[in-house]
Amino acid sequence: MTGAALAALWSHWARNPLQLFTLIAGLALATALWSGVQAINAEARASYDAAAATLGEGRFDQLLPRVGETIPQERYIALRRAGWQVSPVLEGRLATPDGSIRLLGLDPMTSPGGLSPVALGGEDMDLVSFLSDGIIFADAVTAAQIASVVDLEVIVDPSVAPGLALTDIGVAQRLLDRGGVLTRLILAQVQPKGLVPLTELAPDLMRRVAQEGSDLGRLTDSFHLNLTAFGFLSFAVGIFIVHGAIGLAFEQRRTMVRTLRALGLPLRRLVWLMVAELAVFALLAGTLGVVLGYLIAAMLLPDVAATLRGLYGADVAGSIRLRPGWWLSGYAIALGGTAMAAAGALWQIARMPLLASARPRAWVMARGAGAARSGALAAGLLLGAGALALWGSGMVMGFALLACLLTGAALALPLLLRIVLGICQARARGVVAHWFWADTRQQLPGMSLALMALLLAIAANIGVSTMVSSFRLTFVGFLDQRLAPELFVGVEDAREAAALEAFLEGRAREVLPVLSVETRMAGLPADLYGARIGMTYRENWRFLASDGPVWDRVAAGEAVIVNEQLARRSGLWVGGELAVAPDVILPVIGIVADYGNPIGQAVISEALFQRLFPDIIATRFGLRTDDADRLRTALTSEFGMSEAVMIDQKDIKAFSLEVFERTFTVTGALNVLTLAVAGFAILMSLLTLAAIRLPQLAPVWALGLTRATLGRLELLRAVVLALLTAVLALPLGLALAWVLLTIVNVEAFGWRLPMYLFPLDYARLGLFALMAAVMAALWPARRLARTAPGELLKVFANER
Amino acid sequence: MLLEIENLTKSYPSSDGPVPVLRGVDLSLDVGQTLALTGESGSGKSTLLHLVGGLDHADSGSIRIAGQEVTTLDDQGRAALRRHEVGVVFQQFNLIPSLDVAANIAFQARLSAQADPTRIEDLARALGLTDHLRKYPEALSGGQQQRVAIARTLAARPRLVLADEPTGNLDEATAGEVLTQMLDLVAETGAALMVVTHSAGVAARMGRRVHLSGGHLA
Ligand SMILES: Nc1ncnc2c1ncn2[C@@H]1O[C@H](COP(=O)(O)OP(=O)(O)OP(=O)(O)O)[C@@H](O)[C@H]1O
Ligand SMILES: [Mg+2]
Repeated sequence: MTGAALAALWSHWARNPLQLFTLIAGLALATALWSGVQAINAEARASYDAAAATLGEGRFDQLLPRVGETIPQERYIALRRAGWQVSPVLEGRLATPDGSIRLLGLDPMTSPGGLSPVALGGEDMDLVSFLSDGIIFADAVTAAQIASVVDLEVIVDPSVAPGLALTDIGVAQRLLDRGGVLTRLILAQVQPKGLVPLTELAPDLMRRVAQEGSDLGRLTDSFHLNLTAFGFLSFAVGIFIVHGAIGLAFEQRRTMVRTLRALGLPLRRLVWLMVAELAVFALLAGTLGVVLGYLIAAMLLPDVAATLRGLYGADVAGSIRLRPGWWLSGYAIALGGTAMAAAGALWQIARMPLLASARPRAWVMARGAGAARSGALAAGLLLGAGALALWGSGMVMGFALLACLLTGAALALPLLLRIVLGICQARARGVVAHWFWADTRQQLPGMSLALMALLLAIAANIGVSTMVSSFRLTFVGFLDQRLAPELFVGVEDAREAAALEAFLEGRAREVLPVLSVETRMAGLPADLYGARIGMTYRENWRFLASDGPVWDRVAAGEAVIVNEQLARRSGLWVGGELAVAPDVILPVIGIVADYGNPIGQAVISEALFQRLFPDIIATRFGLRTDDADRLRTALTSEFGMSEAVMIDQKDIKAFSLEVFERTFTVTGALNVLTLAVAGFAILMSLLTLAAIRLPQLAPVWALGLTRATLGRLELLRAVVLALLTAVLALPLGLALAWVLLTIVNVEAFGWRLPMYLFPLDYARLGLFALMAAVMAALWPARRLARTAPGELLKVFANER
Repeated sequence: MLLEIENLTKSYPSSDGPVPVLRGVDLSLDVGQTLALTGESGSGKSTLLHLVGGLDHADSGSIRIAGQEVTTLDDQGRAALRRHEVGVVFQQFNLIPSLDVAANIAFQARLSAQADPTRIEDLARALGLTDHLRKYPEALSGGQQQRVAIARTLAARPRLVLADEPTGNLDEATAGEVLTQMLDLVAETGAALMVVTHSAGVAARMGRRVHLSGGHLA
């Protein structure tokens, strides 16, 4: 009995291969986009964790300099002498032809277990050669990069985090040219009793307690959340398709279900058979999806890696590994998605009275009946979105707001389209026009899932492109403001710096030393700058908020300027107070926009800076001049400066812009994929609808419209629906942009951007959407125009 | 002569080669005449009707309606023929599901630009549809749908009315009534009527009767 029933169930798919294809393809696409994003996230997290493990951040307390970047080696020796179990670390960046890598020098004699490279425990690798010969450990990619700049033996060790190289501390000091200094000390977990407290022995060092997870993980969380949100959006669009395909297939099998039950197959068995059948499809589609997802991830990962490095300085592997957790989750989402999409249809089958109508048309009608319910739900969600926009705050709230907004708008779409089409129908003059609008309205329930997908795709495109373009515009303006100096130059040491300043006297309009120190302010990692306040600062810097004569007060050492990131993250604003050093607390007098880096910054006067950090000297200078070329020549020929240490303002601008361009490559790619999935959804809806369209079109044809006319009208219908959807997507997309710019961005990057509008971009996008709709509708319309008259006549002859 | 069919043949493709259904049919019908076409199930009655209505293509032979050759018309010509010259009532699924009854009745008349609101009202009254004008087809019974299709055909005033078992879905009493109205209305407009039927009762009320068997008319 089971075998016969299965054969009967399967016969439906065999006769409707397109439906089967839609089902599998929709599910595979949904799984692919979701698991592709998950793969990227998993890879990045693994990289952060590997880095954290190598650096010991997760397990050991560390000692860091309170001020500045380095610890003198004597301090380490003093601590060891006093009995403290500490181990020295020197970390720095080593330039390579393809950028730079992070070099970490360790002392294998004193470092706690588990920190040294794994390969060091191997048989052919002894401590002595690590110490004496200078061996470097790195993963394959990094090893290749190092080999080109360093003449030492490089051992490939896959357990080392990407972009990181490990070596003996002495070797690191030599390679980084930083003899006698360390960047931090690692404290062993167990220390001898009765030691002199660290606060007495080393008051200039700060103890950072071991922390779960890594700083990088937290810093980049928002970026990954963004990716996840896009993955989820694509998944939702895919599940729409699957839901449509399953609903239609089950509806068309009603007759068969009725017959099978009439012939004595128990309902329970029948439902289980259908569940089993869907599970097989889900596994098949899941496999396809995981493979596709892998390809997508492999394609996007290099850009993601570049973005993370540019924005957060985080090193992520450039290639994807197949992690079991990831592909298992791909299968899980395929099965879960199928269950979600099929639950309703299965439920209906399970409750269907034996003699229910078997006409497929009833399906389309019945789905229209749910319109009121989804309308109410849409209104509720949109109200919820409004409430969140007014009173919500925080990243999670931002995404909840987006979810409410997008789902609410998607649910409201069929309702709005119904109203618009109703108006068109009422105003139509000709009989064909009247029928066209009425018929379009009737198609709405069958098309609405695909149109919702299109709405979401267009809105996402508008939202993200508005954000990106607003960002670019603001950022370019910001660069013009900040990169006022025509030339930037670097020097080696204090003596040369002094000589340069003397040389430039009378030659440059203004000399602006770049004086900075990495420190912590308001409990956050931040940079403190000392500014030589002159015309450049006074004329170019624009404040988001300020109070009184900002530069005069800063110059007098009475106030501090902070960037937006620091202000927002620490909740400081003009009028607040910031401790720039342990006992120097200054009022905040100005807030500046700062799109150049992710962390906080504060600016004080040069004089105050030098008093607080007498050891720090400026080795980079910005020069103001009316003739950059002449100054350049003078510096090389008269001062003897090498061309290599001079950078033109134009080059920096170009470089900075490039980093930000890549930041959005990934979201851009996901956007295109989402639009493609929406186009696919339209195609599949039209093709599945085509089967049930014949009874609707055959009478019109029989009454005197040619098949060609009907085909053209089908195409026009798709265009009209896509156009209406695109028009409705515009306000939604702008709302999305607003949420991204004023809520999500502030949480993720710490800055709020002004929103600009780009009507031309939107028009072009609308055109793309229409083209997608035309492409999707072309084939079904041609098929319709070429339907054999016999097929149409069957409508009148067969008991369907 | 309104309708002239000569030596008409039609076969359908099948896996064992073409299966002939019509093997040389000759028939003529003049203005104001009524004709019953009978024959066993599968004998090709619907096929013949579809060919006359310009809905399908014949293999050979000729069909002339009011002197115009139908078999050589292209899609456009056939569509125009269906709009202006012939009205077809099928056995089922005649109606446009997205339009209400009133719009369905007016549809063909408006297509051929001869909609006349009073005539449509009259037809609706005559066929007992006045109460259903705002309903959609799916809310009608099979018999009601059939009456809407008949009203639609007659509202368009075609010269030739083709009906494929128009009363097959109706009980005997209703069938008789609908048929009476059809005959009355055809007589009133002066159209010719060709009805496919299994019912001897229906056939008896037509002016002429022909029987299709073995691909020939008798
Ligand atoms: N599209 C088609 N393809 C193949 N064969 C067809 C097609 N349409 C009809 N036939 C065959 O042609 C023959 C005539 O069909 P037709 O529908 O004209 O019969 P009919 O006389 O109207 O029968 P009924 O009284 O049952 O309606 C039948 O044997 C049928 O199987
Ligand atoms: Mg028939």
